Amino acid sequence: MIIAERKPIKEIEKMIMPYKKVLIVGCNTCVTICMAGGEKEVDILASSLNLLFKSKHKEIEFIKRVVERQCEKEFVEELKEDIASVEAVLSLGCGVGVQKIVEVFPHIPVYPGLNTKSIGAPEEEGVWKEKCVACGDCILDKTGGICPIARCSKKLLNGPCGGSQDGKCEIDKNLDCAWQLIYDRLKLLGKLDQLEEIIPVRDWSKANDGGPREVIREDVRLKNGK
Amino acid sequence: MEFEPEIVIFCCQYCTEAADTAGASHLGYPANIKLMELPCSGKISIIYLLKAFEEGADGVCVIGCEEGACHFLRGNLRAKKVVEYTQKILEEIGINKERLKMFNLSSLESQKFVQISKEITEKIRELGPIF
Amino acid sequence: MESNLKKVLEKGEFAVTVELGPPKDSRRGIIERKGELLKDYADAINVTDNQTAIVRMSSIAACAILKQMGIEPVMQMVCRDRNRIAMQSDIFGAYALGVKNILCLSGDHQKFGNHPTSKGVFDIDSTQLIQMVKKMRDEGEVLGGDKIKEPPHLLFIGAAANPFADPFEFRAIRLAKKIRAGANFIQTQAVFNVEKFKEWMKMVRDKGLDKKVYILAGIIPIKSARMAAYMKEEVAGLNVPQEIVDRMKGAADAKKEGMRISLEIIEQMKSIKGVHGIHIMAVGWEKIVPSIVDDAGLFPRPKFT
Repeated sequence: MIIAERKPIKEIEKMIMPYKKVLIVGCNTCVTICMAGGEKEVDILASSLNLLFKSKHKEIEFIKRVVERQCEKEFVEELKEDIASVEAVLSLGCGVGVQKIVEVFPHIPVYPGLNTKSIGAPEEEGVWKEKCVACGDCILDKTGGICPIARCSKKLLNGPCGGSQDGKCEIDKNLDCAWQLIYDRLKLLGKLDQLEEIIPVRDWSKANDGGPREVIREDVRLKNGK
Repeated sequence: MEFEPEIVIFCCQYCTEAADTAGASHLGYPANIKLMELPCSGKISIIYLLKAFEEGADGVCVIGCEEGACHFLRGNLRAKKVVEYTQKILEEIGINKERLKMFNLSSLESQKFVQISKEITEKIRELGPIF
Repeated sequence: MESNLKKVLEKGEFAVTVELGPPKDSRRGIIERKGELLKDYADAINVTDNQTAIVRMSSIAACAILKQMGIEPVMQMVCRDRNRIAMQSDIFGAYALGVKNILCLSGDHQKFGNHPTSKGVFDIDSTQLIQMVKKMRDEGEVLGGDKIKEPPHLLFIGAAANPFADPFEFRAIRLAKKIRAGANFIQTQAVFNVEKFKEWMKMVRDKGLDKKVYILAGIIPIKSARMAAYMKEEVAGLNVPQEIVDRMKGAADAKKEGMRISLEIIEQMKSIKGVHGIHIMAVGWEKIVPSIVDDAGLFPRPKFT
């Protein structure tokens, strides 16, 4: 899932300051799970902004909506009437959601209310952790199912740096050393010999360095492809 | 005229007994207090607290059972965290976080309930109207 | 001309390298002064590459200044700040300026430096950097496969090893990988815990790695009790036994005691099979290096023509 976190309210305040009527749009998918942009968070943000502007003797009217998936056109289109009645949109979706609203409604300003942090998972109540950076060329088969690109702070591919101590990363004592985890897992599987293989340099063109990526399945396309 | 603050108290059902006893024993608590009963303080949510301010409260507090004595085990601890988180939001939007407080009480302490309600009224009076 | 460090090691001499940290500005005088101080006491001088992620004069420029003084540098290169394009370009440049030794490192994380918000590049890692340099040297190709008209044939490739970091059992495996990638010499993290170092060296010998690579044990002279305590508590990857902290605390003359500790460790290093020399990192205390090398019986350094 996508993990996100609300932006500081002061930052949001600056974005919507010029408007009188704003639509706040949450998303029922990932950002609901990570408690950043679901129905509750839309309510909380609207209420916080009401209090903030009240104290500044300014009034902005908020319309609150939550769509099923902000990253899909069909769901975003449901906002048509609401959008016609406001001057701006504040999205509590991930970065994809913001851009999808922009694509469907190009004429209206859309602002991000969240910082999109990572692709990850809920670790425990109230904790979400990054697990994948969508590098486009998975090597989890070589690293015991633990990704060093996402989880080693230096993205090292051939073992831990000299700062790995007691299973923790040198940059933060609360952060697990990915290579310690990899070592432990391969040991558990009796496959420590896998560590001897030198993982070659990466093809970052398969990651975002190659420009925005797309996946195409011709068999399911309705429009004609190339 | 002296400022008469509006206070909302979210109170768990057991602590509400303390308020009732206070009333029955003619231990008056300030008239400006609106008491909202919850099954457990753990039922409190950020939005209840913010809405209370939006609806005109100058101060809000949450009262739950003594730590370790919650009838639903950890409801009051959860309430404490929700209050702390909401205090952070208040700080972000420039509202003094002292306007929101958590107290713990047992159902027998009607005196303490009266004392808390007086204390919070005094504190908010000192801070003045929220807007 | 071949690397002097390589010649020293190949002749079976106990090698000495010394670290030099460039200044946080453009004063070449600092490099010259430190170079002058150290040149007779080392077979080559390591020049750090923005160590601890603090912006300093570039390693390549400081190496060039040493070269002009007739001093042999080991250019340190980290993967943190440059991608493979910039790294290979710098290797060509350094070689053109006479640099023969290159130490391939991951690099301290940018969080520790004076630009903690910068982007860490880490396009390739240290093992891959070693591979890349070897490919340039031996196959005469850049990483992308293009032929190099005149490859840097005389490069002597170094790598780092930390015998004290975790997971301990992985440390020898990792060293083996670096050797297979192409490392010719290894400079280790500073040794204070000699017992643990011996344990690591045993693993290294059991894998036959000491026959395939030259290992230079790291030495950090301790200047004060505070420094000892700091290194013990705060520096990840350093293993400083309590005994050393206590000795520094109890010493009437801390600097002398620090030097004595270094000399004792060097003496022990000389006797460990598979250790081919030492690498002295006298952070901010370069002045002590000549006395240490001299008192350790490692002066004068061998000369080759």
